[in-house]
Amino acid sequence: MDEGFKLFPDQASTMAREVDWLFYFALAVGVFFSALIFLLVLYFAVKYRRRSDDEQPKPIFGDVRLEALWTVIPLGLTMVMFGWGTGIFFKVNRPPANAMEINVVAKQWMWKFQHPTGQREINELHVPLGQPIKLTMTSEDVIHSLYVPAFRIKNDVLPSRCTTLWFEATKPGKYHLFCAEYCGTKHSQMGGWIYVMEATQYQQWLAGGAADETPVEKGQRLFTQLGCATCHQANPTARGPSLHGVFGQQVKLKTGQTIVADENYLRESIVNPSVKITAGYEPIMPTFKGLVNEEQLLDLISYLKSIGAAPSKEDKK
Amino acid sequence: MPTKIFHTTSRPQPEQMTREHYLNVDYGIKSWLLTTDHKRIALLYLATITAFFALGGIFAVVIRLELMTPSGDLVQSETYNKLFTMHGIVMIFFFLIPSIPATLGNFLVPMMIGARDLAFPRLNLASWYIFVIGGSLTFTAVVVGGVDTGWTFYTPYSSSYANTHVILTATGIFITGFSSILTGLNFIITIHKMRAPGLRWFRLPLFIWAHYATSLIMVLGTPVIAITIAMVGLERLFRVGIFDPALGGDPLLFQHLFWFYSHPAVYIMILPGMGVISELVTCFSRKRIYGYPFIAFSSLAIAVLGFLVWGHHMFVAGQSVYAAMIFSVLSMLVAIPSAVKVFNWTATLYKGSISYDTPMLYAFGFIGLFTIGGLTGVFLATLGIDVHVHDTYFVVAHFHYIMVGGMIMAYMGGLHFWWPKITGRMYSEGWAKLAALIIFVGFNLTFFPQFLLGYLGMPRRYHFYPEEFQVLNVMSSAGASVLGVGYLIPMIYFIWSMRYGKPAGPNPWGAKGLEWQTPSPPPTDNFTKPPVVEEAYAYAPHTQEDRPRG
Repeated sequence: MDEGFKLFPDQASTMAREVDWLFYFALAVGVFFSALIFLLVLYFAVKYRRRSDDEQPKPIFGDVRLEALWTVIPLGLTMVMFGWGTGIFFKVNRPPANAMEINVVAKQWMWKFQHPTGQREINELHVPLGQPIKLTMTSEDVIHSLYVPAFRIKNDVLPSRCTTLWFEATKPGKYHLFCAEYCGTKHSQMGGWIYVMEATQYQQWLAGGAADETPVEKGQRLFTQLGCATCHQANPTARGPSLHGVFGQQVKLKTGQTIVADENYLRESIVNPSVKITAGYEPIMPTFKGLVNEEQLLDLISYLKSIGAAPSKEDKK
Repeated sequence: MPTKIFHTTSRPQPEQMTREHYLNVDYGIKSWLLTTDHKRIALLYLATITAFFALGGIFAVVIRLELMTPSGDLVQSETYNKLFTMHGIVMIFFFLIPSIPATLGNFLVPMMIGARDLAFPRLNLASWYIFVIGGSLTFTAVVVGGVDTGWTFYTPYSSSYANTHVILTATGIFITGFSSILTGLNFIITIHKMRAPGLRWFRLPLFIWAHYATSLIMVLGTPVIAITIAMVGLERLFRVGIFDPALGGDPLLFQHLFWFYSHPAVYIMILPGMGVISELVTCFSRKRIYGYPFIAFSSLAIAVLGFLVWGHHMFVAGQSVYAAMIFSVLSMLVAIPSAVKVFNWTATLYKGSISYDTPMLYAFGFIGLFTIGGLTGVFLATLGIDVHVHDTYFVVAHFHYIMVGGMIMAYMGGLHFWWPKITGRMYSEGWAKLAALIIFVGFNLTFFPQFLLGYLGMPRRYHFYPEEFQVLNVMSSAGASVLGVGYLIPMIYFIWSMRYGKPAGPNPWGAKGLEWQTPSPPPTDNFTKPPVVEEAYAYAPHTQEDRPRG
């Protein structure tokens, strides 16, 4: 990352290249039409300038064919951009299954990161090259937005909700991390750096930092401490549904509706358990709102993601 | 500047002012503050919004001065945040939204359709008073310390975290909204019921079509922002949980409601400007507009589609990817009628008799800058690109190309075009051309670098920024000072012309609208005898065969 003057940002992720290609296409279309309009206006303005005061040009009423032409061509081009842009957008919003998970908590005015191995960072994030990384993000107060221009990615970070973002870095270096959603007095200083390192260097870096309890370990400890396991057992007669392998699965609700158990569903079920009750169970779970903070919620979710299929099924086999 | 006006008219110039017209029919403060004449109300609005424009401009100057250096060293962060918030609020709610409709629209809607006044003259005066009350409240909020939520008032920051004057500012905006609604109602009813004999819908000036479409948005959209603001107030004052998740609310609900009005509001700001451009392009090329029905219907299409695209402000806000997809494709569609207008204006020039009077220079400027602003809008509607440039200076540059490069260019063009009609006098053409050129150059120098900054990744609303962005920011600030000078010059020669300008005569441009068939300044009743219309934009005699069928 050099600090000199430049016209285009660093290209440091797999997404950056794709977004730039689309941008160049849009730019080509934009420059073509701007030039067309400028030149036509200029040409007409000079060629048909008023030469005498009593000039009286013949009226022209219009031509439906021409109107159709300049409706259809821009429509076609915008549809190409729509299709292409939507393709990229779906990729941005679908993290690969093998992504390394990093938890992010935003607050006025700092970013807190925790690696799956437990290391914590504030306003800095070290990541390995060539490894998809998924950020699971939430906010403790207002809306923030995590933005890394060199990766061409951004997503808002909301209070009481999880949002995700993913990237795969392609170039080692130090890149800006910004908050892109206005969040109060020090909004412009709520930023830091992303350090992209070779995988081996990343391992060294991990070893050098004091590893805290990992999010999964902490989640597991909380799961026991809060007594979750008392009801959420693999046993079919248990008072609560088994949570083994629940993440990413379809859950049938009491209302007959089926939803996917994603981060937001798990989060809501902890702080507001009576909203979406799993079919076959009673709404007896108390709320844990106020008992667990945003970071602990992410830890619990990390733990739930980590536990695969129910042990009882394993036993039967 | 009403004071200036009665000052001039109180001493009639011998060469012109013997005839009675709307300016000299009565004198004194009372005759202005209690007037129900749409032309005088237009001037009251003109004075009021000029004051707001100057206020918003001062905020912009301080912002650009601060951004000359990467470290926030001129003002505190809190002050900087208030500055961009109040710049946005003043410019959008108190200048851009009322700009053309409340001044030129007020003056011209009745005149262009051959009416004596708007349908409800007293309601029209009431709109101005409501505007002044709302404006005063928001201005008071500015004076007592300001507000720092951004003009977008995003929750839960605005409802639970900001400790600035949110309620007072929001109340001002809430009240001002009613002025918009009443003006819109007045226009719709006037256009439906008070057209001169022979003035069928497809003979209406396109300025009227644009104002009709604008009025629809004002009437249908403004109540939603009023409700939204009221809910922010409820949450802030009484802790009713609507938007703040800590109280059980949903912050995205706010964004949906806010943009449901505020996106159509963008079209409230630009459609009247498009109407002005249609009038300028025809007059200064002495031609009928090319593709009249396409321009007329494109205004309506923009008004309707404009209500269906609000979600494109929320592509990275956490809404569903499928919702984003729908909003993206609808946003692409709204670009089409805008493109159709630009092509038709350009085609109108073909084989015309084009003069380079000042209003036409502004029209040229508008077409160029609006084209850039519109095309970059397509970039933003493209999901993959928006993920990167959302909330960066790319967006800032885009909407300033539409609002300043488009709307203010059109407003300036319109003021120069109808100034002789409004005051009966000509401004200095030389100075006016110079100012138009300075504005064009200053504008591009200010805002073009911001596109580059945005793609490089500089987020908007940043007080401190990384050093590598300084060069482009200095360019932008330099451009802003040029732009500022460009806006000051017309203020001087317009005031000067009210007293010393050459008498304009009824129709200095050889234009064909009804407003030019009556003396300048017009009599209080607009027309001495009721006009009859046989043809729209009748710039040249032509045979029946030239006309399209239908």
